[in-house]
Amino acid sequence: MSAISSTTTAPPRKKLSPRKRAQRIRIVQYAVLVLAVVLAALTIDGRQLQQVFFRPDLVVQTLGPELGTAFLNTIIYTAGAFILGLVLGTVLALMKLSQVGPYRWLATIYTEFFRGIPAIIVLLAFSLMGVAFPGFSFPFDPYGTVWVALGMVSAAYMSETIRAGIQAVPKGQIEAARSLGMSPGMSMQRIVLPQAFRIVTPPLTNELVLLTKDSSLVYVLGLFASGYELTKFGRNLANSFANITPLVVAGLCYLVITLPLTYLVRRMEAKQRKATR
Amino acid sequence: MTVSEVLDTGNREDEIQIYDLHKSFGDLEVLTGITTTIHRGEVVCVIGPSGSGKSTLLRCVNLLEQPTKGRIFILNEEITDPDADVDRLRTQMGMVFQSFNLFPHLTALQNCSIALVRVLKKDPEEARRIAQENLEKVGLGDRGHSYPAQMSGGQQQRVAIARALSMDPEMMLFDEPTSALDPELVGDVLSVMRDLADGGMTMMVVTHEMAFAREVADRVLFMDGGVIVEEGPPEEVIGNPKEERTRAFLSRVLDPTHVHAGEEDAQHASRHPGEAAPPPIPGSHHGSRLFG
Repeated sequence: MSAISSTTTAPPRKKLSPRKRAQRIRIVQYAVLVLAVVLAALTIDGRQLQQVFFRPDLVVQTLGPELGTAFLNTIIYTAGAFILGLVLGTVLALMKLSQVGPYRWLATIYTEFFRGIPAIIVLLAFSLMGVAFPGFSFPFDPYGTVWVALGMVSAAYMSETIRAGIQAVPKGQIEAARSLGMSPGMSMQRIVLPQAFRIVTPPLTNELVLLTKDSSLVYVLGLFASGYELTKFGRNLANSFANITPLVVAGLCYLVITLPLTYLVRRMEAKQRKATR
Repeated sequence: MTVSEVLDTGNREDEIQIYDLHKSFGDLEVLTGITTTIHRGEVVCVIGPSGSGKSTLLRCVNLLEQPTKGRIFILNEEITDPDADVDRLRTQMGMVFQSFNLFPHLTALQNCSIALVRVLKKDPEEARRIAQENLEKVGLGDRGHSYPAQMSGGQQQRVAIARALSMDPEMMLFDEPTSALDPELVGDVLSVMRDLADGGMTMMVVTHEMAFAREVADRVLFMDGGVIVEEGPPEEVIGNPKEERTRAFLSRVLDPTHVHAGEEDAQHASRHPGEAAPPPIPGSHHGSRLFG
């Protein structure tokens, strides 16, 4: 009886205030983090790790003029593919917005096809063009082959981005341009596209980052040493050293390219948010 | 009016002639037979309730909207003719939009000069000079290097007027030029327009500014339900309207607090049959404000 009365008359269990709750959750998060760090420090053998992934003597051997060539080749493969993808992607975007049905269908089929298959297969297929069409070869081989293959794949992605950018330009802009006597083509070229590209610069820079990493697929092609890019170069060295250190160095080289780009994207996005606010 | 009467287009003083203009968007008929002529140097204000088709009428004049039926002549040349050189005719008509539509990636000067260079093929130096002149005309001679985002709405609209004027047009079309402006910025834009009118520019102005229409217009067109209900000098149409619909509209615009509950909805329903209007609040005499 008294037990019952005590449970019924006892004040209800005090609920934490939302601020208190948030504070506790934060404390738990810090505790988990500290625990994880301590565990890692106790279990990981730093020397062993370094032996496998980052042997200093091999790092020194990796750094050399060949690494510079590979670094430069990665940039050349990427830049060429990006420029080609940008041009082709713009054409595809305009086709998708065309009044002529077949253009729209063709552009859609193209996009779906090249977005749907792995880039490595496209690259391999294009590397056999010389066999399929005897006497045919891409100019600046092997660069030409890579530019065309990766450029065609990235054009599929970029066309969607650019189309969205064009459609994000308000309709009033075209009306203003046309009311000044500009033709449809001139309105597109002088008024809409400059604004569209400003809108899509951040996502296109992201595409450039993806493309930089996709250029590593070049390793599947049989290349002369002068055509090696970072991944191929790193793999070859890693094989001859029987240690992965050169590939890790190559990976760090990618970061040298991609980190500034992603930083740039963040800056541009922040600037755009400020401008549109 | 018979066709032979209205198609007498030899008059050099006729800048815009509109004959039996119809425009539908799908099933919605927005304009149902507009006929009017605007003469050289005339300032015509088009007034009417929202949805009456006045903006559509203006946009049909420079073919931003393709008319469903009817003919429009600009400077005695038929712009509705499929073979007409529409781009060239548009350079004769400056258009000013409600939302300014300045090119945000260009400075004020470039906004004014781009069409001079690209369309009229003027020398870039000369284009710049003309652009600067027109910016000064609207009181923004010192803002030539500003981008639209760095200017107030009123300044942007004045740049838009300067942009249209830079083409040295025969006439100017204004589509509710002050409707998107904060009240304290309206005056600057209206005074620029008043100067233009005083300078003898042919103007067709869709507006809600009754005071401006009354003061500046040579003629006022009152539109409702896709037709011109009443037209004439402002002192008649605004000062002493003959048509009941004009009177009802003006009483609502000039004294918006004295509207009876449900009146606007009934008006709306009569203009847009088929659309359901919200039911008036029983017993309330001020309910209509809720539905505005």
